Amino acid sequence: MKTDNAYNNRLLQEIRSFAKPAALMEVCGTHTMAIARAGMRDLLPENIRLLSGPGCPVCVTSQSDIDRVIQLARNPEVTLLTFGDMMRVPGSETSLQECRSRGADVRVVYSPLDALQLARENPQREMVFLGIGFETTAPTVAHTIVEAQRLKVNNFSVLSLHKIVPPALEVIFSDAQMQLDGLICPGHVSLVIGLGPYDELVSKYHKPCVITGFGDEDILEGIYMLMRQIISGQARAEIQYRRVVKPNGNPIAQKLLSRVFQPVTARWRGLGAIPGSGLTIRDSYAHFDACRRFSIPEIEEKTIKGCACGGILTGKISPAQCALFGKTCTPLNPVGPCMVSQEGACAAHYRYAPMKGRE
Amino acid sequence: MKDERVLLAHGSGGLLSHRLVEEIFKQNWSNPYLDDMLDGATIQLPLSRIAVSTDSFVITPVFFPGGDIGKLAVCGTVNDLVACGARPLYLTAAFIIEEGFSIRQLKQIAASMAETARLAGVQLVSGDTKVVEKGSADQVFINTTGIGVLESETPLHPRRIQSGDQIIVTGQVGDHGLAILAQREGLAFSTPAVSDCAALYRINSLTSMFPGQIRCMRDPTRGGLATVLNEIADQAQMGIVVEERRIPVSPVVRGACDMLGMDPLYMANEGKMVIFAGPEQIQDMVRELRQIPETSGAEIIGEVKGNHPGMVLLETELGAKRILSALEGEHVPRIC
Repeated sequence: MKTDNAYNNRLLQEIRSFAKPAALMEVCGTHTMAIARAGMRDLLPENIRLLSGPGCPVCVTSQSDIDRVIQLARNPEVTLLTFGDMMRVPGSETSLQECRSRGADVRVVYSPLDALQLARENPQREMVFLGIGFETTAPTVAHTIVEAQRLKVNNFSVLSLHKIVPPALEVIFSDAQMQLDGLICPGHVSLVIGLGPYDELVSKYHKPCVITGFGDEDILEGIYMLMRQIISGQARAEIQYRRVVKPNGNPIAQKLLSRVFQPVTARWRGLGAIPGSGLTIRDSYAHFDACRRFSIPEIEEKTIKGCACGGILTGKISPAQCALFGKTCTPLNPVGPCMVSQEGACAAHYRYAPMKGRE
Repeated sequence: MKDERVLLAHGSGGLLSHRLVEEIFKQNWSNPYLDDMLDGATIQLPLSRIAVSTDSFVITPVFFPGGDIGKLAVCGTVNDLVACGARPLYLTAAFIIEEGFSIRQLKQIAASMAETARLAGVQLVSGDTKVVEKGSADQVFINTTGIGVLESETPLHPRRIQSGDQIIVTGQVGDHGLAILAQREGLAFSTPAVSDCAALYRINSLTSMFPGQIRCMRDPTRGGLATVLNEIADQAQMGIVVEERRIPVSPVVRGACDMLGMDPLYMANEGKMVIFAGPEQIQDMVRELRQIPETSGAEIIGEVKGNHPGMVLLETELGAKRILSALEGEHVPRIC
């Protein structure tokens, strides 16, 4: 989408005319990246603060889950298939990338269906797909598991670390320290879940939520819509990203999700264990559940010394406030996952650093 | 020769090796230097400064929309020579082939190299083939080394860059990176993503047409435009300011990057040049570039500044200024 500068400037002017202080959280990593890329924080008035939230699936994966993945990758029977973004995420001792250089069979795939195809081509190997992602990615993984059952691919399984967003938002809203005034809600996730979960959040916490797209003008419109509600003392769930998101979401994807997965308590980096926020594979597809197929012991959650990813993921501190940011922790040598992921708040702040005060 | 495969024996140095060279390479690349089949080629060079460049090409998929590894191997080294301000004359090519690679595809690659070399006015004067066991290499790797002669007295170098110099990019950025990604991921767009892979030999004429005006050139391959601008800012110890709205990006690259969470400024190009030139004749230079098919999309995207040495600034479409950093690590699609 080509940026319409006249329209954007008008939006910026309108936003600047709202004098009330407001802390808005962009939940989604794609928003974090787009906001940093456009240099938007520099253009907004000082009374509006944008905080980055827990909306990058790689970043919120707990340390213990990453350690479990690495342990599975070291099993000589297993070929681990993963999205590229996970390769460099540091576990407490090593990363998948390092494991691979030491002989583990770890391969990058671009879609779960590619992973299934590889399993069909290599029937003698145990092929495990690492399922990471929110409601956006999980339906395609669910579809792949259904396909694997239909095609009777017996050497294929999924290690499901999928998470769903609304329970995490609830944790953030109920955190007394946070004092959030509104949420810029994720466009892609909402394409699947629709407006319903936000209506529930709004009725419970009385904070405006706006489902927002990813272009410059989308984000500015989203901020404008939030500020308009805040100024008038309203709290509603609205959709800015109307060209893509329907109020009832995508019922087919929702059905697929509940057919294959069931909610379970999941551990989030920075937020801890959240009931009902993870997706585990149902008994009817147990054969494709890597957790049941291999013994992957629970590992104690270790924290990386000095890494503030936890605070950053909940918007409590900004990346630049972490003592390691840009010093020992850089995209080339990441200490925490927020610096690795394409969507991580630290990576966004590092790559797209504002110029203010440096000229 | 239906579905014939490369065998380990093709690399043995014996009769099969000889046949591989004869039937695939000599047939496609025939010229007086190569046809002698000596241990090396003896070539005549004008009495002037020469430029030498070498590059190895490893790419999956080997065939992609807009080119193949052979075309890429010729264009890559030709463009590196052009970036030095040289007229490319001769190339050598060394192949590492995985056992089992299709002979038919190898022929296609050799033919594509011959055609690209012919267009670019270079001759493939020496070559080598090695065959390695299946699994030891991914299909085929090619190294090319090129020699060219410098057209001007003063070699191009970032240290010649001055404050006020203008920065040109010769067309839309990110096409090659997206074409490869789309092919690998099996992504389909309403307008297909096609690599910009091209030999930019015609840019040479600019060096003599605008004497002294071109300070330095570089082709923004891996790491993309952003990385090249940073390299040059660092080497020249000058500041650079570019305007996002002036950087040409095709709608398909822009749309796909939005979807995948990627940034066109970090995507690879294989047929683009970034040119740093003095401001005096810059409009004429852009006009000339636009006459050349491979550089018809040339645009001035920014300027060199004396302040903030070593740093590249981007004025975003929204009007904010931020640092445009070099690529660190890999540029991969997001997970959502």
